[in-house]
Amino acid sequence: MKITKKAFGCVWLALVLVLTYLPIFIIAVYSFTDAKMVGGNINGGSFNNYTNLFKNEELRDMIIGTVLLAVGSALIATVLATLGAIGSHYSKRIPKTIINTANQVPVVNADVVTGFSACVLLIILLGIGKDTYVPLVIGHVVLCAPFVYLSIIPKLKQLDNNLYEAALDLGATPAQALFKVVLPQLIPGILSGFMLAVTLSLDDYFITTYTKPSTFNTISTYVVNATKGSQTEIKTALWALSTLIFLLVLAIVVVMNVLSVKRKEKIKK
Amino acid sequence: MKKFRLRFSRSQLCLPYAVFLALFVIAPLLVIVYYAFTNGQGKFTFNNFTNFFSNTNTIGTLLYSFFLSVTTTLICLVIAYPTAYILARSGFKKQYVLLMLFIMPMWINFTLRITALKEVLSLLEGNISRYPFLNSVIGMTYDFLPFMILPLYTSFLKLDKNLLEAASDLGANKFTVFLQVTLPLSVPGIVSGITMVLLPSMTNYVVLDMLYNKTFIMGSLIGSYFSAYDWHNGSMISLVLLVIIFIVTLVTNRFSDKDDNSGRTVL
Repeated sequence: MKITKKAFGCVWLALVLVLTYLPIFIIAVYSFTDAKMVGGNINGGSFNNYTNLFKNEELRDMIIGTVLLAVGSALIATVLATLGAIGSHYSKRIPKTIINTANQVPVVNADVVTGFSACVLLIILLGIGKDTYVPLVIGHVVLCAPFVYLSIIPKLKQLDNNLYEAALDLGATPAQALFKVVLPQLIPGILSGFMLAVTLSLDDYFITTYTKPSTFNTISTYVVNATKGSQTEIKTALWALSTLIFLLVLAIVVVMNVLSVKRKEKIKK
Repeated sequence: MKKFRLRFSRSQLCLPYAVFLALFVIAPLLVIVYYAFTNGQGKFTFNNFTNFFSNTNTIGTLLYSFFLSVTTTLICLVIAYPTAYILARSGFKKQYVLLMLFIMPMWINFTLRITALKEVLSLLEGNISRYPFLNSVIGMTYDFLPFMILPLYTSFLKLDKNLLEAASDLGANKFTVFLQVTLPLSVPGIVSGITMVLLPSMTNYVVLDMLYNKTFIMGSLIGSYFSAYDWHNGSMISLVLLVIIFIVTLVTNRFSDKDDNSGRTVL
């Protein structure tokens, strides 16, 4: 009885995993061939899709733009949200509740609505030009900052307040105590918040569409436009991009796992 | 030259963020309300409101979105519940690594994943525009499944094993233990999983677009008003969505843990 139950569990998990990864793997396999479509004729293996990905200026600019936007807006979001989290943690109850509630709005709101409302306010009502990139960056910071805030707040709650007081007693100014005592203890929360912000921005489609300059594209908006067009060369180059991103994510996950195992072993010793 | 000294209290540090939230989170919502009830000349009007509720197209879209998102959410739940349960409770050695395998697709750009899915679907179905509803459900499920697995997994992990043992010691059979102990204790996970899937599957129209779908959901309405530069009707749709989101949030807040992280924040 016990064995069959475990076997059933394994089969179920395997089934879900296969369904999850099947499309990604099929695309990965085809990305190394000269096939024009999945299920089409394969005349042989080729790295053309990968060389196209880096040779084609449009594709290269799009990838660089996406990464720059993600890192830039994640940085702004992290600074704003870190200060915000520290500030609200030490605020009185009412301002704290107001900030927490406002912070929750983009978290629960649909991205379509966030993007559309940002567009109406910034571009239509205030008349800020799309080409300045200002609406785009603001939109992405609105998307990311609340999640950074949420990942820092738990760390603040764990903080030992006596350490800050001790630093003051030992002659540190409030600013010194804040930057040398409080901030270092928040680093894990800040880092994971930053990482989350980057992934959110990389994955975003809606806020980007509603606020971007017409000539600028992120991976998401580019892929959506490319699938509507019929340029096979671009389409198959995107298979290569998908495979590269998959490998990159896999590498990051493996490295993080190895690091956390090592850290656990250190603690055990 | 007088030396400048930075003087501030700790609570003042939140001022930049508070201003930011007021300007770019709260203000846009107010602007949406304003635009929803005015016309092109800036005059107050109920036209957009009546446009929405008297138009069979928009009402049909609303109902279709509900139907689509409820179906998607149920299917996600049916797949994710046993998955998360098995992951958390069957004592695999590398449990965390396994979980990572299920979560990893979340970090691959969703448009690229849907492209991959589209290729497979067109291979299987020939002409994918023939099954719009089926494909939408498959696409949404494929996209949102990790967001359902994650909160369920955390709620199963928190489950106190002693409670299960106590229940079976007191004579409950396995089925009763599940129904009376496991299921009620996983409700916060279920609820937060549902919110992670229900709302996006009402609004994420890109999944439908990419699968060559001619059907409309609430999000697509906003998209089409955006392309038509119709800010007032678009704002009305946004407002309707905001009200739906507000109601869903109110309902789900009653069920969720106080210290629960909604799926996206866990990672």
